[in-house]
Formats: sequence, C-alpha cells, structure tokens
Amino acid sequence: MNMYQGVRDALSHAMMRDDTAVVFGEDVAFGGVFRCTMGLAEEFGRERVFNTPLTEQGIAGFGIGLAAMGHTAIAEIQFADYIYPAFDQIVNEAAKYRFRSGGQFSAGGLTIRCPSMAVGHGGHYHSQSPEGFFMGGAGLKVVIPRSPIQAKGLLLASIRDPNPVIFMEPKVLYRSSVEQVPMDDYELPLGRAETLVAGSDLTLLSWGTPVYHCETALHMLTSPSDALAPYVPQSLRSAKVELIDLRTILPWDAETVAESVSRTGRLVVVHEAGRTGGVGAEIGAEIQKRCFLKLNAPVKLVTGWDTPVPMQFEKFYMPDPLRILDAIIETLTY
Amino acid sequence: MASLARIRPTIQRTLPFVRSIQIAADSSQLQEGASHSEPFKVNLHEDSFRGYNTEPPSLDVEVTKDQLLTMYRQMTTMRRMEMAADALYKQKLIRGFCHLAIGQEAVSVGMEHGTTHDDRIISSYRTHPFAVLRGGTIKSLLGELLGRQCGMSHGKGGSMHVFTPAFQGGHGIVGAQVPLGAGLAFAAKYDEKKIATYAMYGDGASNQGQVFESFNMAKLWNLPCVFVCENNKYGMGTSAERSSMNTEYYTRGDKIPGIQANGMDILAVLKAVQHTKDWVTSGNGPILLEFVTYRYGGHSMSDPGTTYRTREEVQRMRSTQDPIRGLQRYIEEWGLASEQDLKAVDKEAKAEVDKAVEEAKESPEPLEKDLWSDIYAKGTEPPFMRGREREEIHYF
Repeated sequence: MNMYQGVRDALSHAMMRDDTAVVFGEDVAFGGVFRCTMGLAEEFGRERVFNTPLTEQGIAGFGIGLAAMGHTAIAEIQFADYIYPAFDQIVNEAAKYRFRSGGQFSAGGLTIRCPSMAVGHGGHYHSQSPEGFFMGGAGLKVVIPRSPIQAKGLLLASIRDPNPVIFMEPKVLYRSSVEQVPMDDYELPLGRAETLVAGSDLTLLSWGTPVYHCETALHMLTSPSDALAPYVPQSLRSAKVELIDLRTILPWDAETVAESVSRTGRLVVVHEAGRTGGVGAEIGAEIQKRCFLKLNAPVKLVTGWDTPVPMQFEKFYMPDPLRILDAIIETLTY
Repeated sequence: MASLARIRPTIQRTLPFVRSIQIAADSSQLQEGASHSEPFKVNLHEDSFRGYNTEPPSLDVEVTKDQLLTMYRQMTTMRRMEMAADALYKQKLIRGFCHLAIGQEAVSVGMEHGTTHDDRIISSYRTHPFAVLRGGTIKSLLGELLGRQCGMSHGKGGSMHVFTPAFQGGHGIVGAQVPLGAGLAFAAKYDEKKIATYAMYGDGASNQGQVFESFNMAKLWNLPCVFVCENNKYGMGTSAERSSMNTEYYTRGDKIPGIQANGMDILAVLKAVQHTKDWVTSGNGPILLEFVTYRYGGHSMSDPGTTYRTREEVQRMRSTQDPIRGLQRYIEEWGLASEQDLKAVDKEAKAEVDKAVEEAKESPEPLEKDLWSDIYAKGTEPPFMRGREREEIHYF
C-alpha cells in the first residue's frame, strides 16, 4: 500500500466508526488530485463526501462551524500552498475557539489535510512547507507523516484528537513510499517523535520527505562513493548517528529530542521550509537551553533557502543528502 | 415622532420606482383592540419590509400583552447593561475592546422572541445582549468584560468573546463568523434538525470576501441559514454609502433571496425573524435578512462616534426613532400598561444591572493556572507550555 492509499484507508475507517464524520474539499468527491479520497463518495454517499467551491477561507470556516456542533469535519486544502487564505480562520478561530469561549465551544473535531513539501518541479505555489507559520498557533496541532503506515495511524489519531489538527502530507511520498500497512483501525500517538536509528554521536532530526534524504546521507557517511570518499574522513565513517522523525511538529516532542541530544552532544535539524522563522529555529533555541552544557557543537540547520521555492532550481532549494552529509561532517568535526 | 421616512440617495439612484423602507420605531397599528389576556393582531407599516426575489413578509403580526411587556423589560435592561459597561470602561475597570449595541436593542430582543434556544445564532463582536438573552446572565456578561472568573468565558475572552450553549458567539474578526454559520447550518441539516441558523454580520463586514464565499456554499448546498446583515449605517467610521457599491445589503446574495426590514420597530423585527425561520426550516435554502438600524454610540469605546456623522443626526435618531420609546408608545397607547408601570420597570432594570455590576466586580480575576487551560483539550496537552517568562513553564 502506498501513502495515498494509506490516507484513503484512514478516512474510510474514520467515517465508518463515526457517523458525523464528513470529508470535503476541492474535488474530493471524485478522488482529489492525489486520489486520496478515491471511492469514498461511492462508499459513504455524496452527503458525506462532497466537493466545495474554490474557497479555502470558506472551507476552513465552514469546517470550524461544523466541528463546533460536535461533528467530525475532515477538510482538504488541495495544496498546503493554498492554506494562506484560510490562515485567519485557522489561527484566529480554530486555534482559539476553546480558549476564548472558556471551554464552551471548540473546533476540536476539525482536521485539515493538505499535501505539502516539494516534488522537484512544483515551484512557488505547489512545493511549499508552511508548517512553520503555525508554530505560534497554540491550540493547534500540526502533524507530518513520513510513510503509509505512519500516515494511516497518525491521520486516524488526528481526526479523533479533540483539537484542531493540520495534517500535512508530503506529496512526493504519496506514490513513492510503499509499506505493508495493517488493514485494521489503529492510531499512532500525536506529540511523540520516533527514533528510527539509534546512535550516540550525533542526533539527526527531520520530518516528512527529508527523513529519506537523511537516510541516504547516513549511507553516504558509512560507505561513500568513490567520488565522495575524499571528502568523508575515515574517522567519521563509523560514527553512530541517531535519526529521529519528529512526526508532530506542534506540539513537538522536546523531551525525546533533548534526551537524545544529551547523549550525543550534537544536533542537526533538517527541514524543507526556509530557514528564517522556521521550525528548526524554535527547536534550536529550546535544545540549546535544555542541553547547553552537553552540546559539543552548535545546533546545525539544513533547510530550504529564504527564497520562494524556485521552479527551475527546486533541487538546489531542497535539503538534499549531500547538504545533510556536509552538515553532519561539519558538526562531527566542530 | 411621526414616521420620518429617511430617503437614501442611493435607493433613488438604483431603484427609482421603489419606495424606501421606513425605520420609525412606532408606526405599527392595532387591528382591533388589544386584549390583556389573549393574543391580538397588529398591522405593521406598509413600508416595513422590502423583498428581493421573494415576497416580503405579510404585515400582520400577532403578539400578547405579556410578550410586549417582556420585550420592554428586556430592551430596557439591555440598554442599562450597555450603559453600565460604558461606565465601567470609562472607570478603566473594563480594559481592551468593548463594542456597545445601544440603539440596536430591537434587533437582539426581537430576534430572541422570534427564535427558540434550539436555533443557532452566531454573530460578531457587538453581541452582549444576545449572550445574555440566550441563556447568559448580566453578571456573567459584565464579569467577562471585566475579566473575572464569573464571566461566561471565565474571564479569558473579554467583550468580543461571549458564548452560551444557545449562542455560538461572539467573534472578533470582521466577517469570520459567517462561514462558521454555514457550518452550523450544515450540521443542523446533516442532523435533520428543524432549526434555523442565523449568521449575523454588519454592513462593514458585508464587503469581506468570506461572506460571499459563505453565500455561495449555503445556496449551493441549500443550507437552512439566514444571513443577517445588521446595517447600522456605519462600518467603524465609514458610512455604508462610502464603503459599499450596493448598500441594499439584502440584494447582495445574487440568487439568494433577501428581505430588508425595519430594524428599529421590534414588531417588524419579530415578523421578519418568524418569516425567515419558516423560510429556512421549510427547505427553501438560505435567505438574506437586512435590518436597518442605528448605533447611537461609536464603533468601540475609543470612537466618540461624532467625527464621521453629525451630533444632530444621532440626536434626531435618538429622539424620533428610538426602539424602546417606540415600544413604550405601543404599550401606553394600546392601554396595556401606564407610564408609571413602565417607569417601575425602568427602575427595576437599573437595580438589576447595578446589582450585577457589584457582584461581577467582586468576582476574582482568573487563576494563574487558567492561562494554560482550554488551549488544548484536557488530557491531550503538550508536555509543557511556556509562560510569560522563562521560569514560568507550565507542565501538564
């Protein structure tokens, strides 16, 4: 099963278990541009799976109103790049509804799915990673899965979480990542990072697509190709790097990351969004505070550049394995 | 206090043969005597409504003596409450923002009488009366404004954030509540509940893009939603004519029919609300409802309200078209109560509000721990959240 099928499977389970759950968004009734809602309208009826106009702000507001009445609203914003018209609704209404009504109302039943991150040729309006903009939205949760198993379990948890959740699906993984996904209804915990590779010399932290680039970089480190070999010192090739997938971006699992960095003394954070004001900056600040005396090197960020995602130069924009490898070497030899 | 039809130049320009709506508060006529015990009928002024792509409501409305007296008591109390808020703000006891609805009481009280608490009302930030009428108390409203524990949002919201189970809020972003209203209406339709949702906004918000997005969704999906434009003639400090290319707000729904109603005569408000409730609960889809009303005060407490309109204009509205004085005239002329009786009601209203002010003032401010409550659902919080300074980190 690949990731778009994992997402579809999760939506189907969510709708089966919960009569109030509805799925809506632009073109979702006939499957959505990435086929994540394929056949749901036939399975659950057009009253529960329906197309909306091209109305991002309206979709978010509509979903909040629906959720405020205790329903489960699963909205799709066709691309994360289009979430900005809905920013006001998400940050001012959804995130704050519970707090400002003293707990009387909330948009807890709302989950907004949106395909995000780069595919290599999306350009300015189809390759962005807007998770950082929501970091200040206390009351929201932001989740990014890395694979089909993760997507299904995290999406079910997001839909059932009593807080509004923005679920960003790395769109390049929809088809390229394939796993044996359990058919059952299961959830994976929100707010918890997952350690993929244990290590003791450096903590490598990422989420979504770049997790795979990190994995490639680790292979390059241990067994560099002939072309790379001169640049990878022999002494570093046996370094034990701990790879962590953050999974939930807000609220992020500072405990797990800090525990890891306390052991390794080094942290490299990799994300696709631009650097300034990005999630890496927040993680860096918190980790330097918590692990100041344990750090052997400054926290290193490998990110997109502070430019629009450039159409022709998307490959240079993205934090690719080479840049990650370089950051690892720099941090290990600091 | 005759019906001074206020002719607006734009109406003349766009609809030359249509008579403009009149907004006198006291132009309704008794049909046959007013009974003290039985319901009786009243004829509204023939220019109380106008319709767009639909017939306007009929002009007869049925009321009872008790209902009129209740309306009077509620309107008087609401005005007293808003005046108390005004005073508390000027004493610097209420901080932040505060938008008063003095002059617009016929809309809130009239809507309360035309709906039940199963119906849904969601509105903007000029909503103190709605929150109290729909299940709140004056103490909990003023407590919220003062930022005290007894407030309806436990003192955590303030003036723009007032809610009750029957009132879906109190929203501070201009126009943002309107798509939420579409969602509320969808939930009612999904649950097959025979109720109406009133999504309210002002003439200022009517130019927000998301209002039109909501119209489109509501008509597309035939949602039982009444979009209510409370047109008090000024969006903050800009008059409707200077902000809107079409000030006939009830006609701005394109294929959604609309009704314009006199928002100063509470009986016209009542009729319009009954009519639109019937409309949406009979499966006719959404409808627009514009109440032409007037706000006596400024937009908010920081606006004296006299830089963009003349004092004479405000004074004229107050003295000739006040909704409370209009209802008072009905009650007295129809022999339902004497001036002395109503004076007694005024006195009670003042006493009730004064008491609530004192009680609200005594309520303590929110506990420090409430800074971190209600952000995430209980039990699903992050491990910690930062407070005002580095040492003040709250662990859940």
